[in-house]
Amino acid sequence: MSDISPISYSDKTFKVIGTRPVRHDGADKVTGRALYGADVQLPGALHGKVLRSPHAHARIKLIDTSIAEKIEGVYAVATGKDWPDLVDKIADLGEGAVHLKDLSENCLAVDKVLYKGHAIAAVAARDVHIAEAAIAAIRVDYELLPAVTSVLDAMKPGAPILHPGLKTETLGQPSQGPTNIDRHVHFETGDIAAGFAAADLILEREFETATVHQGYIEPQVSTALWNEDGQLKIWTSTQGSFTARHQTAELLQLPISKVTVTPCEIGGGFGGKIAVYLEPVAAILSRKSGRAVKMTMQRDEVFEGTGPTPASFIRVKLGATKDGKLTAGQAYLAYESGAFPGGVIGPGTMCIFSCVELPNAVVDGYDVCVNKPKTQAYRAPGATQAAFAFESTFNELAEQLQIDPIAIRRINGVKEGSRRVDGPVYPRIGYLECLEAAQNSSHWNSPLEGPNQGRGIAAGYWFNIGLKSSVSASVNPDGTVNLLEGSTDIGGTRTSIAMQLAETLGIPAADVLPKVVDTDSIGYTDVTGGSRTTFATGMAAHKVGLKLLEQLTARAAFLWDCDPAEVKVDGDLYRWRDQQLTFKQLAEKLPSAGDPVVGHASVSPEGPTNGFGVHIVDVEVDPDTAKVKILRYTAIQDAGKAIHPSYVEGQMQGGAVQGIGWALNEEYFYGDDHKMRNASLLDYRIPTCLDVPMIDTIIVEVPNPNHPFGVRGVGETPIVPPPGAIADAIFQATGVRATRLPISPPRLWKAMSQLAK
Amino acid sequence: MQDFDYAAPISTHEAVQLLADPGHKAVVLAGGTDILVLLRERRRRATLVVDVKKIAELNELAMTADGGLFLGAAVPCSRIYREAAITEKYAALVDATKIIGGWQIQSRATVGGNLCNASPAADSIPPLAIYDAVAEIAGPNGRRQMPVADFCSGVGKNVMARGDLLVAIILPPIEARSGAAFQRFIPRNEMDIAVASAASLVELDDQGIICKARIVLGAVATTAVRASHAEEALVGQPPSDELFAQAGALAERSARPIDDMRGTIEYRKHLCGVLTRRTLAIAVERAQSKTQ
Repeated sequence: MSDISPISYSDKTFKVIGTRPVRHDGADKVTGRALYGADVQLPGALHGKVLRSPHAHARIKLIDTSIAEKIEGVYAVATGKDWPDLVDKIADLGEGAVHLKDLSENCLAVDKVLYKGHAIAAVAARDVHIAEAAIAAIRVDYELLPAVTSVLDAMKPGAPILHPGLKTETLGQPSQGPTNIDRHVHFETGDIAAGFAAADLILEREFETATVHQGYIEPQVSTALWNEDGQLKIWTSTQGSFTARHQTAELLQLPISKVTVTPCEIGGGFGGKIAVYLEPVAAILSRKSGRAVKMTMQRDEVFEGTGPTPASFIRVKLGATKDGKLTAGQAYLAYESGAFPGGVIGPGTMCIFSCVELPNAVVDGYDVCVNKPKTQAYRAPGATQAAFAFESTFNELAEQLQIDPIAIRRINGVKEGSRRVDGPVYPRIGYLECLEAAQNSSHWNSPLEGPNQGRGIAAGYWFNIGLKSSVSASVNPDGTVNLLEGSTDIGGTRTSIAMQLAETLGIPAADVLPKVVDTDSIGYTDVTGGSRTTFATGMAAHKVGLKLLEQLTARAAFLWDCDPAEVKVDGDLYRWRDQQLTFKQLAEKLPSAGDPVVGHASVSPEGPTNGFGVHIVDVEVDPDTAKVKILRYTAIQDAGKAIHPSYVEGQMQGGAVQGIGWALNEEYFYGDDHKMRNASLLDYRIPTCLDVPMIDTIIVEVPNPNHPFGVRGVGETPIVPPPGAIADAIFQATGVRATRLPISPPRLWKAMSQLAK
Repeated sequence: MQDFDYAAPISTHEAVQLLADPGHKAVVLAGGTDILVLLRERRRRATLVVDVKKIAELNELAMTADGGLFLGAAVPCSRIYREAAITEKYAALVDATKIIGGWQIQSRATVGGNLCNASPAADSIPPLAIYDAVAEIAGPNGRRQMPVADFCSGVGKNVMARGDLLVAIILPPIEARSGAAFQRFIPRNEMDIAVASAASLVELDDQGIICKARIVLGAVATTAVRASHAEEALVGQPPSDELFAQAGALAERSARPIDDMRGTIEYRKHLCGVLTRRTLAIAVERAQSKTQ
């Protein structure tokens, strides 16, 4: 926790917001009593296991489950044949849409397996050991097909084709002929040729990034109980209970009211727990066996069977005048979508030039199918790859023009009224304020202290989306308020939402009692994702607070026998003439003051808002081994208004650490056989606590004009700058401009040796 | 996990009988940090797991009469580095036992198990090899001893036959004016497997000249490999940074690594040079600190 107060550009003062109360779910979590998906134990529950493809690409000729079905203790076996007939239909999941037939085939393959780890069949048995034995007894005959696991190879003519029917959609129009490219995005603005003609310096650079996983600690886990009355109940680890309900109901062709999803406490998601994997499979097994079925993934299944985020190839071309003003920018981005169409190229193309004013620009993006797991969102999906490419090129441009990296960002930085290349005009944003905070930071103004060290800087951008949120609240006679919400709590949102209701009512945060409830118990709420929950569900909490205030005022008027309009509310004090009651006193009198005080509110704020961050990092590179040590790290970010500054700092630190992992060591390592070699936390190298220093944070507060308290989403932006900042620091330390992630020791050592020659 | 029977014999004889039982596919459980994972992931099969932690002899950790070390095969790493007599004498082994896993693992994992598991990247094997350690094996036909350097026969393979049990590792006494060190390279700072490793031992004469050298490299061949040319180049020379660099360059030539997710061939060879150089410098420093 930092003791540095946010740098505020607001004159509003608050009573609760901006303080650091103890989190509402803290005691349960530190005492181990919080109920995660693995803690769900239903009477007579069976254990489910999944059979996964050993091949990267193959046609399934035969699945013979007859031997497995006869094993004592096996109650049900499921395959892709158990899916109902699914029409071509798209389901909107909030953070991305999904094609239902593809989703079903990702959960249980039908005709083909498209990646190693692709689920083929599932078994429910008395215990997990019997289930494993049954899985081993299922016979599958394959016809092996050539595979492709690199985005550029998959785009070449003659590449192995994953989906023979796939067409490239360009500006809404489908292409001819078989392809792995599912979508081509194109933006342009101004006159690109004239822009480059006006430049004194033009740089064009190419970048590659590896497939990386969200790396949440808790593997996917789901329990399903399909009752004889046709009601399906699911307990699961998900970022969106309503999204899980929607997908499961559609996949099983059930009316949505037949499915109840209870979101369990979640051990991390980062975008990877929005799409379903186990939920519908456990449901099928439950229907077939007549028992509850619990399924838990092992870590290798998480790596090989759930969504990583795309590997990419990016080319950036920038032109600038000699005084550092950008004249033109061009970008080509090819992102892997994995085994099925529908990747994150959209946000990648929208984010690549999002931090600079660019009068002339062209952006082309491609979403490409490859024989890897279907990619999923990962914290600012698509933005980190794009920012690594842009910020690295921009830093090199600054160096060649001999302009300070912060200065060149201030010259070109976006502000209110700037137009992003893909169209939108920014409202009030805080990018320049973040740059100013970086410029004034103690980190930027202190010298490096030894040889082989370097300091780097990079910026990052991410949206936060609105979508739909609902809350309910009721006032208890002891002066507390129950707050029910549909937003699953991944990063402390129980408290950040409760604090906004507490502020509205003028009561302490501890007196609001937040609870995340199931899909039967609250209005529709979209996923916890897109940095939206504190922003949007917080708006709903504010809105319900206003409704409670109105009722409380009316109850006070009832008690005083006066006109409600004459009751004055000041914080938690209700006054009329010489009478006054605190919120608590009024609550105590509510049982004899008419209808209970209860409110519901829902919101669907339109249009995204915008979060910017700037990161500074010092590294030391071992000249012999090329191992990179992070010496010091400062993350600066516009939070609009930090509801709970410790949580905001936590988000900034967590994102920075994930970005450090992405930059230095994390990657899906594939053999020539297109199979992942490192599907474990031993060889997929997420940073440990010994690999990162304390991440310093500076919160900047430029209030979001579209939120009652000025909140901007903060969860995702902090993963965007790290690779660009670290690559810059490594350049300063070694002279090597790394263009390929991860900048792992063997790769950096090779580049350093070549530079020395 | 597969079904298996469990036995916890209290004598070496009984353990050997169980391991030799033709009706069983038996495996040995000491710390369990490798075998339980292998069984659970079905990478090894077993119908009988023989827990050897209750055998007194295998839990013995003591200096021998001649000043060497008797290291029972079931002694966990944490006991080794807590023993002052051992840390003084066998510093390279202590270097290794301190970095095998975290605290919990070190409290269970054994050097004996690390040796039997025969991973090319095993952290304890290069240090054992530089000390000319000997493995004592009990089998159906009695006991025998063999150099640790010859114990591993390939990736995950050792020379023991059905019914054989590693009883102890015996380290000969070391010369007063000697020092040794072990280092590995990992991309992270914890929870990782060596990309390459090196253990070096030097013995100095009265004039401070190197009179004996042992260098053994890990993770760069199917088994730990001795860098003989580098050793030869050191003997008869006064220690210096230039000499260590020269030895490092020669050590690179002894490595026969592979390309995989942990590193490339050329990077691993390069690391052998770096680690040889660095461990030699520490080894000499340790030797000199004793001679003063």
